[in-house]
This record gives sequence, structure tokens and C-alpha cells, in this order.
Amino acid sequence: MNKITRFVITDIVRNKIMIVYALLLAALSWGVFSMEDNVSKGMLTILNLILLNVPLVAVIFSTIYLYNSSEFIELLLSQPVKRSRIWWSLFSGLQLALLLAFVLGAGIPILIFSPDALGITMLLVGVMVNAIFVALAFLGSILTRDKAKGIGMAIMLWLFFALLFDGLVLFLLFQFSDYPIEKVMVVISTLSPIDLSRILVLLQMDVSAMMGYSGAIFREFFGTTSGIGICFTILLLWIAVPFLISLRKFNRKDL
Amino acid sequence: MIEINGLNKKFGKLQVLDNVSLGFNKGECVALIGPNGCGKTTLIKSILGMVVPDSGSIHFDGKDVKHQHAYRERIGYMPQIGRYPENMSIERILTTVQSLRGYTGELDSDLMQHFNIKAIADKRMRTLSGGTTQKVSACLAFMFNPDVLILDEPTAGLDPLASEILKEKIIEEKSKGKLILITSHLLSELDDLVTSIVFMQEGTIKFHLPVQELLQSTSESKLSKAIASVLRQENAFKHATSNQLQS
Repeated sequence: MNKITRFVITDIVRNKIMIVYALLLAALSWGVFSMEDNVSKGMLTILNLILLNVPLVAVIFSTIYLYNSSEFIELLLSQPVKRSRIWWSLFSGLQLALLLAFVLGAGIPILIFSPDALGITMLLVGVMVNAIFVALAFLGSILTRDKAKGIGMAIMLWLFFALLFDGLVLFLLFQFSDYPIEKVMVVISTLSPIDLSRILVLLQMDVSAMMGYSGAIFREFFGTTSGIGICFTILLLWIAVPFLISLRKFNRKDL
Repeated sequence: MIEINGLNKKFGKLQVLDNVSLGFNKGECVALIGPNGCGKTTLIKSILGMVVPDSGSIHFDGKDVKHQHAYRERIGYMPQIGRYPENMSIERILTTVQSLRGYTGELDSDLMQHFNIKAIADKRMRTLSGGTTQKVSACLAFMFNPDVLILDEPTAGLDPLASEILKEKIIEEKSKGKLILITSHLLSELDDLVTSIVFMQEGTIKFHLPVQELLQSTSESKLSKAIASVLRQENAFKHATSNQLQS
């Protein structure tokens, strides 16, 4: 691991917020599993908790961390260090530190109570969602120099994907219910990484009742296996595209 | 050692560097002077790769520095306002930079001793005064025996004693044949340091002259007066030409 990544990780791990975050995830997961006898039901509850909490912490913590590291970035830039390496190291450092908290908090109980394909899918979904929102934070914080604007943007992003997007989809559904909009809905559901992650886990669980409209269409369209494959690919794009755009911008930024 | 060719940079609509071409050699001590906002710091940051110029090239020892980073091993940079991670102690900053540079040679700790940095090494950057932060910046710039020293307003914010120590250190490094670039608008400070002067105004180079030549041509003995008289001549010339145009 390179020096900057190591520095970022040790810096974040010492931060008390990370400990609180891991404890919160642990309390929620252990709590849900000990109160719920049915593992599947427990997993569904945890899925929703993860899809709400992980993006929130990932996007806001990363945004604030990036703004606070502006001095550190400036110091690094006057040293013989490649620009893209600085950005990559910050990215991997933040990823690894947040993942550590996620795996210690939610990963352990999930794997203890559901040590099967479903448990592993859940973990992967957590990892992906975490990575996507860190990548979005990188994009957001490179777009504006103003810290208040940047953090505002991070909150709006989370609000949009975690809460508003579902409402918009439902609204569209009701408005256009007379038309054959299945294909459109599949495309629209790929526009939200959180929705996509939910569909991914539900496809794996095979609970059609819980799948919701876009999930059902997804399965109808692609079948379970290729549906999961396509979900994964799009989620990977959600990580790569925002981060690579931010990397390009960072390489041309004046500091 | 450093060759700058036709450098242009715009911040929005403002042309900060306008077709700047300069060359600096080993053993020189060059003063970059000019009014506030004339593009001195932007020029320096372009050399360091912190600002990406719109067009033009910068060569360091014959190699284009665009998208390069290794050449910065040979530059010590002291920023105008040093910004450091607030929670790091001075000691941590110094060791982090050292390990980032992968520097294994002998450290130049002259300035650290003179500024007595050891006594405050465990203080966090946030708690330091502006002057002390400048001292840390100076230590960092000189610590790794770089071939080129780029000092942006080095004595601003330092107390007279500290700035005297720094000046002596600069003279010592100059005598070792290093290239030193200083920006300043305190002309009186530069008298016994510099070998040539670059005067910038609104992003363009007004003149780049060796100090001797400048003093002789203006028949002044002090740098500040020499520069003032050059500027006066230029203004007079401008007035004359514009008057001619009008009549």
C-alpha cells in the first residue's frame, strides 16, 4: 500500500465518527437479527438500513474529508508526487477506511446469521454502494471550491437517491400507467444506484412480492442470473464514471 | 536550467500570464518583482506544476515538465502562505514529506537549529502563528538539499531576526551554485542577495536584467531607486508617445 493511502487510512480510523459509524451499524444489525427469527425478514430490514445509512455516511464524510484535506493536497503537490496518484490514494484510503467500518459493523453479523450466497451478495452490495457514494463525493467536491456548496450538494445527492427517486418513479408509473412503459422503467431504475442495489439483493432472495415494480420487470427482462450480472455491471459503472471524471478534472485543476 | 517559453494562463477572463518567456541558470539568484497580482505566484506555481498553463512550455534541465513529477525532487518550495494539515504536528509534517520524497541523503537542518524548531516540534500546525508557519515552510524548502529553491515572499511575516537568518542561509546556498528564485516586493531586502531582476506587470515581463547592468544604466546605487527610475523612464516614454499620437 502506498504511503499516502496508509496516511489517509490511519488518519480516518482515528476519527471518532468512524467508530460511532461502525458501532451504529453493529447495533442495528445485531439488534435486527436477535429480534427477528426469520433470517430472510431480518436481511430485508438490514438491506433497507444499509441502503439508507451507508450512502449517507459515505457521501458526506468523504466530501468533508476532501475539503479538509485541501491543505494536505497542496502540500503533496509541491512534492515529487504524481497528481493522479494523490487522487487515487485519497480515493482508495477513504474507500478502505469506510469499508473497514462497514465490514466490522454490519459484515460480521450478516455473515454469522446468513453465511450463504445471500449474505455475500448483501456484503457486496454494501461495498458497492459505499464505493459509489465515495466516488460521487469526489466528483462533487472537485466541481466546486466552496465547502458549503459542496456539502450541500452531497446532502442533496443522498436525499435524491435515497428518498426522492422512489417517489419520482412512482409518480411516473401512475402518470403513464396506460402506456407500455416497462422498458423505460428498466432504464430508469438503472439511474439510481440505491434502487439497483435493492433489486440486486431481491433478485438473489427471489422474493417477488417484495421486489416492487422495477424489480419484477428486471427479472422478467433478464432472468435472475443475467439480471444480477447486469446490475453488477451498471453498479461498477456508477463507481468508475464519477471517479474518472473527477480524476480528469483534478489533473487539470489549478491549486 | 529552467526555460520558460511563451507561457499563457487565464483565470476566467483575466489574463494572468501573457506570453511569458524566461530563462534561469545555475548559480543565479533571481528576484521576481512587480505589483500585487502581476502573476508572480502564478508563474512560480506553473513551474511547480500546481497551476496548469493554457499554452507554452516549461523545461527543467531540458525536459518538458508537463505531466511530470520527478523533477520536483530537485526543487525546494516555500509558499507565500503555507497551508498545512491542521492536526499534524510539525514533526509529523517533516517526516511525512521526507518519506514522500523518499529522501535518504543527509538532511540540511541548519534552519531547524537556528529557528529552534526542535523545541516546538510536537505542536500542531493549527496552533502556530503565521510567522512560525513560515519558519516551518522555510525548513521544508531547504531540508532536502534541492538544486533549485523557489521562495515566494520568504520574509513576509518573519521577525527581523528570523528573516536575517533566512537571508544568510539564502546567500550560503547561492554560493553553493544553486538556482534561487525569490519573489518579493520589499526591494530593500534584495540588495545584497540577487544577481538579476525580473520585473513583471499585468502578466508580462517588463524587463529581465542583471543587477549590475540595471544599476549602471540608471547610475543608481540602490536597487529600489534603480527600479523606480526605470519605471519613471518608461512612464515618461509612454506619455511622450501618447502625446505624439494625440498631436
